[in-house]
Amino acid sequence: MTTKKEPIWIARDLSKCSGCRRCEIACSLFHEKRIWPEASRIRVFMLVPGAEFPHVCAQCEDYPCVKACPVDALSISKKTGAVLVNAENCTACGKCIEACPGRIPHMHPTENHVLICDLCNGDPQCVKVCQEGLWNVLRVVPREKYAYKLYARKPEEIARDLTVKIYGEKGEEFL
Amino acid sequence: MILGYAGKFLEVNLSTKDIEETKLSDDVLREYVGGRSLATKILWDRLGNEWEKIDPLGPENMLLFLTGPLTGFFPGGRICVSGKSPQNNGVVGSTVGGEFGVELKCAGYDGIIVTGEAENPVYLFVKDSDAEIRDASHVWGKDAKQTVAVLTKECRELLKKRFPQKGEWKEPSMLYIGPAGENRVRTAAVAAKWTHAAGYGGYGAVMGSKKLKAMVVKGSGPLPEVADIKKVKALIRAVCENAYESELWRRWGTGVAGYEVGAKTSSEPVRNWQEEWHDEKSFGVDQFENRVWMKPYWGDFGCPTTCLKIAVVKTGKFRGAITDNPDYELQAYLGPNLGIFTPEENVFLTSLIDDLGLCGIQTGNLLGFAAELFQRGILTKDDLDGLELKWGDAEAFAALTRKIAFREGVGDLLAEGTYRAALNIGKMKKVDALQYAVQCKGISIGAHGIRSGKDYPEIYSYACSVQGGDHTSTASLPLNSGGELIMIFHDSAVYCFFNIFELPRKLKFQFYKAVTGLELTQEEWCNTKALRILQLQRAMLLLGGPDLKWNPQIHDDNPPRFYEPLPSGPYKGKTVYRPRFGRDKRRYYEAVGWDEKGIPQSEILRKLGLEDVDKKLEKLRR
Repeated sequence: MTTKKEPIWIARDLSKCSGCRRCEIACSLFHEKRIWPEASRIRVFMLVPGAEFPHVCAQCEDYPCVKACPVDALSISKKTGAVLVNAENCTACGKCIEACPGRIPHMHPTENHVLICDLCNGDPQCVKVCQEGLWNVLRVVPREKYAYKLYARKPEEIARDLTVKIYGEKGEEFL
Repeated sequence: MILGYAGKFLEVNLSTKDIEETKLSDDVLREYVGGRSLATKILWDRLGNEWEKIDPLGPENMLLFLTGPLTGFFPGGRICVSGKSPQNNGVVGSTVGGEFGVELKCAGYDGIIVTGEAENPVYLFVKDSDAEIRDASHVWGKDAKQTVAVLTKECRELLKKRFPQKGEWKEPSMLYIGPAGENRVRTAAVAAKWTHAAGYGGYGAVMGSKKLKAMVVKGSGPLPEVADIKKVKALIRAVCENAYESELWRRWGTGVAGYEVGAKTSSEPVRNWQEEWHDEKSFGVDQFENRVWMKPYWGDFGCPTTCLKIAVVKTGKFRGAITDNPDYELQAYLGPNLGIFTPEENVFLTSLIDDLGLCGIQTGNLLGFAAELFQRGILTKDDLDGLELKWGDAEAFAALTRKIAFREGVGDLLAEGTYRAALNIGKMKKVDALQYAVQCKGISIGAHGIRSGKDYPEIYSYACSVQGGDHTSTASLPLNSGGELIMIFHDSAVYCFFNIFELPRKLKFQFYKAVTGLELTQEEWCNTKALRILQLQRAMLLLGGPDLKWNPQIHDDNPPRFYEPLPSGPYKGKTVYRPRFGRDKRRYYEAVGWDEKGIPQSEILRKLGLEDVDKKLEKLRR
């Protein structure tokens, strides 16, 4: 299900992720015209097999990345609420990565700028393929005033939670 | 350069520590595509002259990890592992699912060719064009889950240190061996993601013989350029939509078959194939689904089917055991084949097989073989180092599995695989132990029996296959309508054929064209390219050596068990009728161009441009 109401948020249910990575394929095809997992704005981490999850901008309510940018390369889309990267202005200094509680932005593998989910102008491709697959890990909902920032977590932190959820106490051994 | 390929191969000599890049001509890639076909070609070119003398576990053997042009594009990522097989002394194309092939192509390589052997345990770390051989002594001896944890952490830290500006690094992809491979157990697998295994062929033992614990790859580039990206996108969509429609494969994967293949088609190994029928509802897929599947959908790169599921035992004696579904083959071989009929015990044994880096099919077959010898009093409790190997005793089977992986006591004898162990035990005990060995030319039969006639393999499918008991690569007629020649395409373009069920057969060739820009029809594939590989694999299988050679007149046959009547179930009494098998085998020989002795004839070899193979086979014809 997608919403017509904007701005939007990508709601997420990480433990349902099958690890199919179609989100990475769709994202990179849309933005880079290639299948390019490392240039995808959404990345599926598998720090522990079986505990895959997509790592993608949480669209924090206070946008710490935008605030941290020293060169005005980041802005907020009025329409969708997404963080937009101006690749020309970006110097790849990495301050936005440091400012993000989840260290979610990452550098483009070959270009000199950072990658942050831009919500595909309101129609996120990753959500589409996730919905097609009926996985329902990602879903577009209207943006409200909830504490989205809670979802901005580092890969290790998310992996630890999911691993313990799936494997129980034994999960601690795998990280 | 042909599109869809990265354009180069990484060649690593572990003896000299040299790492080089190799290119192959467009002509070679056009004719041999990738994966299994290309591996066979490379092995023939480089080792063909001395093939009979090459010890599969010696430094002169090569290990090939090859992608194909469709790897990463066609939904369901895989990679093909090959070399001279320590199981059948021929070439086996053994594929394993996961992201390794995709990472490798993104790093700029179509494959890795490993030669020589390291002095001390090593692993290979590849980051794009940088490849290095690193010390692996700290993970040598570690099981699968420990190895994956340690090397994932170590390599991510290396990436962070070397490229701190990137931000967070995703884990690199890995192929590894467990203790079984280190100890050169012939049923050892090359594994990925804890539970995925390239099992047929025994290449885990080859990695172990080279002291190569793992290969870890991070590719930061895109997949190679393709001929028609729009068409590729449309075809990905078509494959996915078709797969999403299939409730069976999505919901249950092959996990539905542990009950059904026993109860319905009556073609499941039960107690080392003494029966092929069971009606144990305790082994129903609903039991797996409700009791142990913690994640009901689990897939590899691009996969819409996600036939895998994460199984975790949460209570009882086997609490903490983790594996995938298990898939049908391991359900069967580490379940009914050992007289085991509960999900918990089955998950426990599969988890152990994963951890030790064993092939569940080959090792399950071996365990069943040993248990039947115990049942018949051929192997005694003393012979088994005090183990009472009773049907259904999961812990006894676990204890024997550990002995095999570490080659301890009787495990050393069994670690040679079912066929070789049967020969040795036969000599030791002065009995014909081969009659209980359910294998074909060194490769244990997959968990699909032929006696009921209700499953997919034909009565000559294993006997005439160039990969022996491999249940995925089965011989059938007419030659160009499916069977082994089409399997060679899946294994050479390298993708998961579980995503093509119900799709028009030309779709895979349309996909091949959209990626490479090259026209290919099923007719051309079957009549020339695949047939050439079939002949080459056959030739190398028959040349064999050094420890064993196959004589088609003896070894192109079913295991003796398949000539016994089924003792139970809806097809009780059915068996393989020998005269019919003989007729079918001759028909197959004729169709494929082999003489009455089963040796490829000059005419077909020359037609396929295999003059050198023809020459080499002269001595076998005499």
